[in-house]
Amino acid sequence: MILNALIFMNGFALVIGLLIIFMDRVISNYGLCRITINDDKEFHAQGGKSLLRLLLENKYFIPSACGGKGTCGYCKVKVLEGGGPALPTEALILNSREQAQGFRLSCQLKVKNDLSIEIPPEYLEIQEYRGELSLAELVTSDIKRIRIKLVEPQTLTYKPGQYVQIRIDHDGETDFRAYSMASNPDKQGEIELNVKRIPDGLGSGYLHSLELGAPLDLSGPYGDFYLHTDSDERIVCVAGGVGLAPLKSIVMYWRDHQKHRRLELYYGARDLPDLYDHDIFTSFAETYENFHYYPALSDAGDDWNGHTGFIHMVMEECLETGNTGEAYLCGPPIMIEAVTEVLTNKGIAAERIWYDKF
Amino acid sequence: MRFLLILFASILTSNIALTYFLGMCPFVTISRNIGVAAGMGIAVTCVMTITATANWLIDHYLLIPMGLEFLQFLVFIVTIATIVQLLELVMDRYTPTLHQAFGIFLPLITVNCAILGISLFMVLRTFSFWQTVVYSFGSGIGWMLAIVTMGALRRRLVFADPLANFGAAGITAILAGFMALAFIGFSGMASL
Repeated sequence: MILNALIFMNGFALVIGLLIIFMDRVISNYGLCRITINDDKEFHAQGGKSLLRLLLENKYFIPSACGGKGTCGYCKVKVLEGGGPALPTEALILNSREQAQGFRLSCQLKVKNDLSIEIPPEYLEIQEYRGELSLAELVTSDIKRIRIKLVEPQTLTYKPGQYVQIRIDHDGETDFRAYSMASNPDKQGEIELNVKRIPDGLGSGYLHSLELGAPLDLSGPYGDFYLHTDSDERIVCVAGGVGLAPLKSIVMYWRDHQKHRRLELYYGARDLPDLYDHDIFTSFAETYENFHYYPALSDAGDDWNGHTGFIHMVMEECLETGNTGEAYLCGPPIMIEAVTEVLTNKGIAAERIWYDKF
Repeated sequence: MRFLLILFASILTSNIALTYFLGMCPFVTISRNIGVAAGMGIAVTCVMTITATANWLIDHYLLIPMGLEFLQFLVFIVTIATIVQLLELVMDRYTPTLHQAFGIFLPLITVNCAILGISLFMVLRTFSFWQTVVYSFGSGIGWMLAIVTMGALRRRLVFADPLANFGAAGITAILAGFMALAFIGFSGMASL
């Protein structure tokens, strides 16, 4: 009886499994689909996969921070023909205006027929790079400074504040994770990332485990968070923890090209060991009269005689009111919200505030 | 006559949602919006009819001849999961608009206890093939009737201002209780 039952259940499972595989092959075969980009370029690809994946496979790099799960919203593209209405999963990210204009999240749009899409022209500039790890050092207990020497192509041109996506192959799948570049854009042959170790995090686990000389694949540059050089007004930079990375790039660029503008760097961390690169900015503040540095610790020890508390409280106290200018924010969402409120109260226009939440 | 009786009983007097209180999770969460509730109801009716029929065939032509009736529970679950999966594949391919409207409900239905309940009830009640078809279809319609009515009632809640302490789920359960009382009123007319 038990043998009978075992044979039956195994046979049943086998038949069902084969049936599903067979149906999947036969039914979900959408044939070749033509994808037209900006009415200019086009390629053919086997349908049935997400648009994001097909674009990546054909070397069109679309930003995506969540790995195709439909949560970050970076991969939205305008679908001119063949897309259909947005799925309920997309309605959480795309507002009704975007939906009416035909925007879709490319990671959620399954390609079943010919498509015509429109993507920002700067996405077409994004390239793939092969590099190798040239430096990896712990700068705090959980943040690593990682430098990548570019091998092929050898130079990456980017604006200070932009990010790259690191390709991670694991368990037979390919994922991408976004990291801001913390390096001086003038040094095009090598980029620096600051990576905070997240427990069980895919990207940080991978980057923290790499040995010197290890090969890496990445693409970039991505992002509309970068220093705008069209004005001579002051720059306010606000960093929370590892959010310092893109702002460090901005500061380096400022030193080489924009020194005539006033730059204020507000940098919040938990305690002194977490305030990495503190000495660099201290020496900058001594050297350049236009550089103003406000580090703040939320959990300071007795050996600290600088600002204490959260960074938005320090800004409330130190930031001059009525002064125009622009602001660049990078840190956790709660910090961005609090700081944005302080900035608008102090007279900085909302459209001159750029931020990068993580 | 017997078929009509089964149909009537499964929709009203032995309503799967309100007499047996099966399939309560979607009943409470999805009844917030009447349009979505109707969509879910249609999806449940289709899946219920197809799975119960398939399970009857498997039961009568495989399990009973082999003396493996004790596997019913396991086999029924596997059948339901497979059929939902296949249905989703077919809908996605051939009726994209329908998939757009009902596709999101299908995975939810796989774990809906009302679906499994109907398959098990049809065994307990020793229905014939056509009786099973009628019974499962009627139960699906009954579940849809219950959830759509609940959706309509909950729209009225906006004006009723119930005690905040009940919460959304609490007041829905109380409403379901009242509805069940009303449905019991039919029980003199027919029962299974």
